[in-house]
Amino acid sequence: MSQQWAALAAILGMGTVTYLTRIAGVLILSRVRLSPGLKRWLEQIPGAVIMSIVAPAVLATGPAEALGGLAALATAVTTRSLPLAMVAGVGVVYLARSLLA
Amino acid sequence: MTSWRWRLAREAAWLAVVRAWPVALGVASYGVVFGILARQTGLSGAQSLLMSAAVFAGSSQFVALELWGMPLPVFTIVVTTLVVNLRHVLMGAALAPHLEGMPRGGRWLAVFFVADENWALTMAALAQRPRAGAEFAAGYLVGGGLLFYLSWLASTWAGLACGGMVRDPAAWGLDFAFTAAFIALLVLFWRGRGDLLPWLVAAVVALMASRLIPGKWYILLGGLAGSLAGAFSPREPDHGEKRS
Repeated sequence: MSQQWAALAAILGMGTVTYLTRIAGVLILSRVRLSPGLKRWLEQIPGAVIMSIVAPAVLATGPAEALGGLAALATAVTTRSLPLAMVAGVGVVYLARSLLA
Repeated sequence: MTSWRWRLAREAAWLAVVRAWPVALGVASYGVVFGILARQTGLSGAQSLLMSAAVFAGSSQFVALELWGMPLPVFTIVVTTLVVNLRHVLMGAALAPHLEGMPRGGRWLAVFFVADENWALTMAALAQRPRAGAEFAAGYLVGGGLLFYLSWLASTWAGLACGGMVRDPAAWGLDFAFTAAFIALLVLFWRGRGDLLPWLVAAVVALMASRLIPGKWYILLGGLAGSLAGAFSPREPDHGEKRS
């Protein structure tokens, strides 16, 4: 039961801070000018966070994951499609695990 | 002070819906993936739908699933969500001048729909209409936003329905679906060589932190290190220019 409350707290907390990020720009930054350095920092955050998730999952897990990561990357670069990249990554991981195990 | 002209706002909202629906289909494909992965992570259907309804920001929701575990790291999830979504501050700041003159309550409501795709479409529409007033800006933002919001909820729900059908995801390599989705997101985020250094720093710091520190702190540490490296690195003076 306490896990249910924790999940609810996490989700509502996520919603609250996300709304704050949405209103903050309109409330504060319409008056204050954003410095270029701060602007560059904000722009770089999503990519850097996602890279931090990907790097250990692909490079520090095993050969199947490394191959799957390569397949997903190649597919994403050539097709720019999220679902296709997932199919390629998952497919290669499945094959590599069955063959290498 | 002129009165708020609803007709203009409604017309703008309709324009936005016409322009945005193909993009909404693309967003829906992410929503389906989110629903599948949420089910796989162990969230209930109600929890997943509530997250999509309350947060309405795709990449942060994917990251939250990655952090989800027992016992639930509530603080880490909320702080990481805040950091991932800080980019909205920038979007809101760009939008702010266009909402001048709008009633305050309406402004508080309209900014809820600041999301990557909807914001970009709204800014593009505003760039084409330099003389458009706040009615147009808000109507466009909310019209497109409602469409994206509904498709995000409906597709989350569809993904939940699909995700329940697989018993043992790892046996099919489906546990890798997350990582593959993030790789594709990275490719879509890539804006040029300026991203190389911050991403490299993020990868190295995350790899080291994941070895040394228990839990999922490596995501936040790598993300902060990489983005700060990007902010402080010297930028090429010819940034944005094409070399022949």
